[in-house]
Order: sequence, then C-alpha cells, then structure tokens
Amino acid sequence: MTGYTIEVPGDAADSLRLRRHRTLTLRCLGPGANVSMLLYALEDRTERLNVPDTLKAQMSARVAAPMALMSDMGRALASVTGSSLDWHDAITGHGLSGLGGGGVGVGAGGGVAVGAGGGGARRGLLDELAKHGLDRRDLHATVNFFSKVAPVGDARGTLVYEPGHADEGDWVTLRAEIDLLVVLSTAPHPLAPAASGSASAGASGSVPGVRLEIDESPAPGAEDATRRFRAESARALELAERSHA
Amino acid sequence: MSDEFDLDDVIEAGDGWIGEIPAGTLLRITDLHGNQAVDTLFYDAHDYANRYSAVDTIREQGALYLTTGSTLLTCDGDALATIVEDTCGRHDTLGGACSQESNVVRYGGHTRYQPSCRTTFLRMTRKWGRGLGKRDLGHNINFFMNVPLTPDGGLTFEDGVSAPGKYVQLRAERDLLVLISNCPQINNPCNGYDPTPIRLTGRRP
Repeated sequence: MTGYTIEVPGDAADSLRLRRHRTLTLRCLGPGANVSMLLYALEDRTERLNVPDTLKAQMSARVAAPMALMSDMGRALASVTGSSLDWHDAITGHGLSGLGGGGVGVGAGGGVAVGAGGGGARRGLLDELAKHGLDRRDLHATVNFFSKVAPVGDARGTLVYEPGHADEGDWVTLRAEIDLLVVLSTAPHPLAPAASGSASAGASGSVPGVRLEIDESPAPGAEDATRRFRAESARALELAERSHA
Repeated sequence: MSDEFDLDDVIEAGDGWIGEIPAGTLLRITDLHGNQAVDTLFYDAHDYANRYSAVDTIREQGALYLTTGSTLLTCDGDALATIVEDTCGRHDTLGGACSQESNVVRYGGHTRYQPSCRTTFLRMTRKWGRGLGKRDLGHNINFFMNVPLTPDGGLTFEDGVSAPGKYVQLRAERDLLVLISNCPQINNPCNGYDPTPIRLTGRRP
C-alpha cells in the first residue's frame, strides 16, 4: 500500500498514525477551511509539538514551508515541504465552547460577528486524544493550517484575523521525520467570523472539510529545502535522524 | 495589608521556585538587576490540567504581549491572574522556555550540558510531587523578555526592555500553583548574557 486518502468533513475530528517519511497533504474542500493540529511522537507521547521552540528557532511568527515542526525534545517531528499558502497560524490556539476571541479584530472583508458557532475544536480533539490514552494534560498549541492571524506591528502586538485566507484547493504538505500520532480538528478557527452570512463559510453555509492524502516520500537528502532553510532546521532534522541511526 | 500571606524570596540566577499562592494575593516579581527573563507557569491549584495557556490568553486579549490589564487564562478559559501593575511595560509569552534540547537546535551541540529552564521546571515538579510532571509543562510566560513579532511574519529576540528594579505585579484570581525558572540562558540577549537574581514578594491586599 503506497497511500490513501480520507475526506474529513467540516467540524469533525480525526487521528492517524503517520510513519516516518510518509507525507500528509491537507487540501481545502471549500473556502475558509481550518485544520487545528496536534502532533506527538508515536513512541513517546510526552514528546509533542512545541510551537514556541518551532517559531523561535526559525525566527518566524507563522508556520510556512520549508520550516521544521519541532518537538520539545529538539527533534523535527515533520517538515512543511510545500504549501499554496505562506502563512499558517500557530499563535492563537483552537476553539473551545464559550471562548470566541473577543479581543481580535477582523481584517478587511471580514464579517462583523466574531466567534464561530458550535463547540469549537476542543471537544473533538479531546475525543480523539482519549482514544490514544491522552487527555487535557497533553494539549499544546495547535498549528491552525489555512488560517492567518497577523500582528499589525504596534507596541502591544495587536492581532488581526484575515478572513478569506484559504480557498478551495489550497494545500499544505507535511513530511513525517519520525513516526507520528497526528490529531486534528476541522472545526472553524476560533476567530473566524460566525458561519451565518460569512464569506468564510462554505457556499452551503456549512463548515468546509479537508481531504487528507497520505503518500510515500523519499528521506530528506543533503539538498532538502528544510535542511537548507536554517542551521536550526538542519539540526532538528539531524536530531530526528540520529534517533534512527 | 493582612498577614495572612507573606512571601519574600530571592530566586538566584538559574534557580527555580514552586508554591501555592491563594486567590486574592498580590504577587510581585522584581527584576533586581535588569534584563532577566523569568520563565513562569501558572496552574489552577485544585486542577493542574487547567493550566496557563499562552495561545488562549493571546487570542482573548487580541494582542501578543502581556502588560497591565492582561488577564492570564487557562486552557479552559478561566482567569488565573491579572497583571495589575507593570513598570516594565511588556512581557513575552511566545518565546517558550529554553531546554537542553532546544539549545542544541538553536546554538549547537556545545550547549547540550548547560543549565536550562525546562530542566529547572522538571526538577521543581519532582520536588513538588502530587503527580505534577513533564506533561504539565505548557507554554510559559517570560516576564521581562522582549520577543517582537512583525506583520511580515518575522520573530526576533531583542535586548530586554527591563532595567534594575522594574517589576510586574499580579493579582491571583483563583488559588494558584506557581512554577518559576529564573532563566540561566547565556546564549542570547534575554538575560543580557548575564543571568541575575530576581525577587518574589506576595501579600494579601
């Protein structure tokens, strides 16, 4: 078996094992899709994605190709090998019932209402975590693929959510650098304008889903884009490789 | 001020602190010598899984940096503490805590055996017991640290905005467990390349 695809509807959650050097491509099935993702080392789930380490080591306020997504143990869990978008949010968390991001403005073109309906991503993420023996203690800052929240550049670091960032067909590909447990939710980003009457909801008014495409990939070579991105990215890849040496 | 709670500890450079702080307490962290990052985690004292969440705090206040008026939230959206006074003006909560492993990634293998905040955090959780451990280490606050993010997607570590005697004062909004690492990092400007002591004081108002 060399690969498979899964269609995940909007406002749903799923989890999967992604073996080392397999790729996972997420593809938007409608405008305004969002995928909030948690990542764990399959063999030791106390080792998990660490967004602060990932961002500070690569001097970035966002997730974008060809960055490495780093664990708290310094290993590259996955590399972002490509994407049709240059910004995936990782600094505003996922939605939970009752919290809707009251403080964040919405950029040009956005609706008035802030805060998606429904219970947010939390319930589905906890449902999936529980299947693997994990719980609230294992939550960490998610990467929110296909969503953009950017600072305006003022002194307090005011943030603005950019509606309409992702369109149908937008995609991002991750290459696992060690065996992973991937937990994801397709609930709307907590800052997305409420679905009713908003351009960020699908044409039918429902939350758009994503297609997951799992494929084989060669191991990253000496000229790999992630390895060549920054010395820090290369060292995280090397630490992942060393654990398989 | 009542004497129900009184705390006055100096935390040496590279040391840690863990303890309970009752609701209503005014807790002050003072940067005694300036440019010292104070890596801090807060927990609901009665439910450690309901812990400080940097991303929920950032999203709900609509801004990246912490200062007077910032309410520190748990992952469940509960208020842990409010910053009521801040003579520094700005604190980071996205830069995370240094670890031996992240030092290797950022600075190279020669830093593998240097002291780090996450080692301190783990030592403090061991000392505290009660089931607290690695899984409970969320993304922390770095008081007195300056990590600006830019509209074009960049992030930089800049010289501390702090100075000797600057402090931040918080009001505990519930009973807290507080875990601190007085950062030992010497590879970047977060401690001015010279980690120094801080002072922790607390009183019931």
